Amino acid sequence: MILIALKMLVGDRLKYIGLVAGIAFAGLLIVQQASILVGLTHQTGAFIRDTRVADLWVMDDQVRFSQDSLPISDNTLIRTRGVEGVDWAVPLYQGFLKARLPDGTRKVVIVAGIDDATLIGGPPEIIQGELGDLRRDKAIFINQDELDTKFMMKRGGGRAMQVGDVISINDQDAVIAGTYRASKSFFWEPVVYTTYSRALQYAPRERKLMNFVLVKLKPGADLEQVRASIETATGLKARTGDEFIKITGDYILNETGILVNFGLAVGLGFLVGTLVAGQMLYNFTLDNLRYYGTLKAMGASNGRLVLMVLAQAFVVAVLGYGIGLGAGSLLGQVVGEAGLAFMMPWQIPVFGGIAILICCLLAGLISVRRVIALEPAVVFRG
Amino acid sequence: MASGAVIERGVAGGGGGVRGAGSPAVVCRAVTKSYGVGGSKVVALRGIDLEIASGELMMLVGPSGCGKTTLISVIAGILDRDGGDCSVFGVDFNTMSASARTKFRGRNIGFVFQSFNLIPSLTAAENVAVPLMILGEGRHASVRKGREMLERVGLGERTSSLPTQLSGGQQQRVAIARALVHEPRLIVCDEPTSALDHETGHIIMRLLKEVALKEDRVLVIVTHDSRIFEFADRIAKLDDGEVKSVQTPQEMGVVGEDHK
Repeated sequence: MILIALKMLVGDRLKYIGLVAGIAFAGLLIVQQASILVGLTHQTGAFIRDTRVADLWVMDDQVRFSQDSLPISDNTLIRTRGVEGVDWAVPLYQGFLKARLPDGTRKVVIVAGIDDATLIGGPPEIIQGELGDLRRDKAIFINQDELDTKFMMKRGGGRAMQVGDVISINDQDAVIAGTYRASKSFFWEPVVYTTYSRALQYAPRERKLMNFVLVKLKPGADLEQVRASIETATGLKARTGDEFIKITGDYILNETGILVNFGLAVGLGFLVGTLVAGQMLYNFTLDNLRYYGTLKAMGASNGRLVLMVLAQAFVVAVLGYGIGLGAGSLLGQVVGEAGLAFMMPWQIPVFGGIAILICCLLAGLISVRRVIALEPAVVFRG
Repeated sequence: MASGAVIERGVAGGGGGVRGAGSPAVVCRAVTKSYGVGGSKVVALRGIDLEIASGELMMLVGPSGCGKTTLISVIAGILDRDGGDCSVFGVDFNTMSASARTKFRGRNIGFVFQSFNLIPSLTAAENVAVPLMILGEGRHASVRKGREMLERVGLGERTSSLPTQLSGGQQQRVAIARALVHEPRLIVCDEPTSALDHETGHIIMRLLKEVALKEDRVLVIVTHDSRIFEFADRIAKLDDGEVKSVQTPQEMGVVGEDHK
């Protein structure tokens, strides 16, 4: 009987294609929007993730996200280094500064100043030059992938930046000594790496300039104990990289409205899917009521007819969602290659699939009520 | 009145004793049925008395709205009667659970509809196989039997055709094959020839008599089509929810080219 149900389903080509297409579209919306949201959230922690070398980040407890650079006292570094269980501690400057390209183009960059001596906290992958080149006079490293995008000089014929070019940061020369590659970041401003001392020269004069202290624990040291000791010694907050990534993600999701926007899109996808699938399944069942009545008269039980309708709902759900998921993945590959945010952990296809399946089965159950209530004698009424 | 038209098998004047004294397969006594309530109540059956014997082809005739379809629905167990008694092969549907009644229909009753009601996306053989699948038989065995049944109704060459690829007469043959494939004891047909031309109608009726009718089987046909009256063993005339008369075609003066 299931086979009969499926033949009835595919026999009406137009409705069948419409049903599958509607569910595929809903699946695509759900998967794609959820994956972009996850991708964007993931990207908010890119800078922290690329600085995995640190076990703890010491910061002002008011810091809400990775680019929220609140100043802390220089003494913090000394005090942190004095805590038992700390292997090393290095300063990190991070600030939004004004830059000017050789053609006069102005832009805001995030200057990351890393420890002069150890260069700990530097970019994860060097493409051109060596990390040690940062010690050269006025040296900075910029992102290889941004040479011809964010650092494109559009005036005077247009040219991508290259190693050796000189830009101005807060009216002071900075020479591009090398390039790096890093994780895609949610934050638009390009990150420029330099040494900590040079970053302080670029930065406007303030009483406190350090933003973070990166801490590595000694082997075997208890993280919670060291964390507590640092917080006692400095009066600041010490967070692990994962914790810092989480509060950054939470901040972006909750404070920017991004969660609401994408949540609405996902919800809309679900709603459209439910309505489209529900309406079309309902119509499909109504159109076939005469045949269900015939089957009922010929001895098919209500349970069997319910199974037939649910089998139809199940098949269109699986097929439609499969197509939607495939299209979503393909789209993700394309936008991923274009550098846009897209991340599909296993939870998205699984929970998306469950949601689509539930909505299709619900739609099937709604339409099956007409079949259950159907009086078999209707078959003799034309 | 209905009581005056009660048909007792072998009773003179009650249908001419067309066949031998076969045991009654269908027995209806004072069957009533109405639709709606209050002012909108419509009485469809006003105390129907009717007996149909095994091996008999009974036609129910009469004007539109006279209760033919309601009566055949009650006899086939797809509509509950309001009052009276009605048993089919000794079974009273009103004493059965819905599920038992459904099973009984599946096993014992075959249906032929005016508009065929073939599932458009199934082949002829698959359509014929449906009653067997409902009874739980495997798909391959059911379709094989479906093909065999189609051969018996002369459609052995069209087993893989979809209903839309068949003529009206061929579709009705498929419907007849479907009604017979599971060897039911009661076959109910609703206007089986009304959608067909005269010649095709006769072919279908000959087929029904040849293939469907057996000693242990009852054929009940609702029809408006006087051209096929000649095929009946007896004809029950209904009007206004009552059986007005039960006669043989000969008693009615029907002379047919194909009659038996």
